[in-house]
Amino acid sequence: MKHSFIDEYSGLDSFVHRLDPRTKLLCSLAFILAVVLTPAGAWRAFAIYLLIILGLILLSRLPMRYVLKRSLVIFPFVIMIAIFVPFFKQGEVAASYDIGAWHIAVTYEGLSVLVNVIVKSWLCILCLIVLSSSTKFEELLHGMFRLKVPQVFVQITSFMYRYMFVIADQAMRMQMARDSRNFGLNRGNIFKTMGNMIGMLFIRSYERAERIYAAMLSRGYNGNIVVVNQLRFRLPDACFALSLCLLLVCPAVLWW
Amino acid sequence: MSVDKAIEIKGLSYVYPDGQCGLKDIDLTVHCGESVALIGPNGAGKSTLLLHLNGILRGSTAISIQGLQVVDKNIREIRKKVGMVFQDPEDQLFSLNVYEDVSFGPVNMGFTQEEVDRRVKQALQKVGMRGYEKRSSHHLSIGEKKRVAIATVLSLDPEILALDEPTSSLDPRGKWALTELLRSLHVTKIIASHDLDLVSCLCDRIIILDQGRIVADGRAEQILSDKVLLAEHGLAVPAQTDPEPLISAMIEI
Repeated sequence: MKHSFIDEYSGLDSFVHRLDPRTKLLCSLAFILAVVLTPAGAWRAFAIYLLIILGLILLSRLPMRYVLKRSLVIFPFVIMIAIFVPFFKQGEVAASYDIGAWHIAVTYEGLSVLVNVIVKSWLCILCLIVLSSSTKFEELLHGMFRLKVPQVFVQITSFMYRYMFVIADQAMRMQMARDSRNFGLNRGNIFKTMGNMIGMLFIRSYERAERIYAAMLSRGYNGNIVVVNQLRFRLPDACFALSLCLLLVCPAVLWW
Repeated sequence: MSVDKAIEIKGLSYVYPDGQCGLKDIDLTVHCGESVALIGPNGAGKSTLLLHLNGILRGSTAISIQGLQVVDKNIREIRKKVGMVFQDPEDQLFSLNVYEDVSFGPVNMGFTQEEVDRRVKQALQKVGMRGYEKRSSHHLSIGEKKRVAIATVLSLDPEILALDEPTSSLDPRGKWALTELLRSLHVTKIIASHDLDLVSCLCDRIIILDQGRIVADGRAEQILSDKVLLAEHGLAVPAQTDPEPLISAMIEI
């Protein structure tokens, strides 16, 4: 079964694609920090950040529709977490409702927090989409490795990316096998079979992990992943990082 | 055929961690340049025996590979000599692209970058997969995966190739292409399989393993023509034979 890549479009060629992955990792981190540290309600600053991201999307020649569509995945999570904030935050009441004996009030402060959370997380996810669509996954891992991210994390990320689809395929096949023998089970049974499937998937993954480890040992693995590919910072990396950082601090300098 | 011993096993027994008996009193000598098939029903211990050859599993006695004992101090050298190809290429290809997988062994052995590149190129050349270096392993076809899996051990220039079910889940065309490929590799080969077509094409000696024991060891033609022996151990026989005595032999068990 075929699946889409996480790093779809990472094979394109553009200024952003050619940058050193370390530059991109660090710049993304800087961008996310800047967004998170910007005080709530600083709309002009957020507008500038959005412009930066849109500029990067254009510069990296990613299809705008694709990036925007992908960024929508964040909303269910954010809304699930933050939807109740407007109801509980103290402050000036924007609207109030009486439902039976309940008195519910929405405050302006609460709404502002909600909007801020949504805007900030949207900006961050846009940044991560640009990062992952402009860098091949293995380059990203090499970058992490060179930035001295602990090896365990790099290896886990690598195996996750490699085997995610294998396990998804396995789950899909199990589901098909279940559905082809499923003649209208009641609800309790559905949960039971689902539990069995998850357990089965875990055991299979565990056994696969042991076989992979044996395969690694057979080829001289001794606990260290050695990365041979060379990465080099070049002039464009320095220029890019410098200009991005300047843009990131400019709202702070201009308005505070 | 040289008389040097590629593999020498004397009285090897192995018990699985859960107490089940894996191998019992295995005596086996394989000479350099031989192609040996290890056949037997499922669960006979074929894969278990292969895993002993490069010290992933350790049984009761030490094995020697070209005179070198399989013990911790020699393990690096042993693993360079014995190229182990696992049954499921999905397990063998754990890196993100073909280049990284094929270079994994040479890099671990500490070769220089140029040497690693040269070996990767050569290994992929041998299996006919040049130009696939940047492809991700997950998106290869099963036949391509099997080839790359073989390349991942060829890059270490092994002197012994241990293959576990090399033709499983391949279509006939893929199977014959792989057989031809294996035939073109001039190293000592030990192949665990129940694919008797492959075995009869490739191997001059056959060992039948059943319930952890070696029950037969002989020349390929001789063993393949002993239909009753094959049927007794649950192995299919090539077509165009009279099925009657075979079926009764299978039922007897």
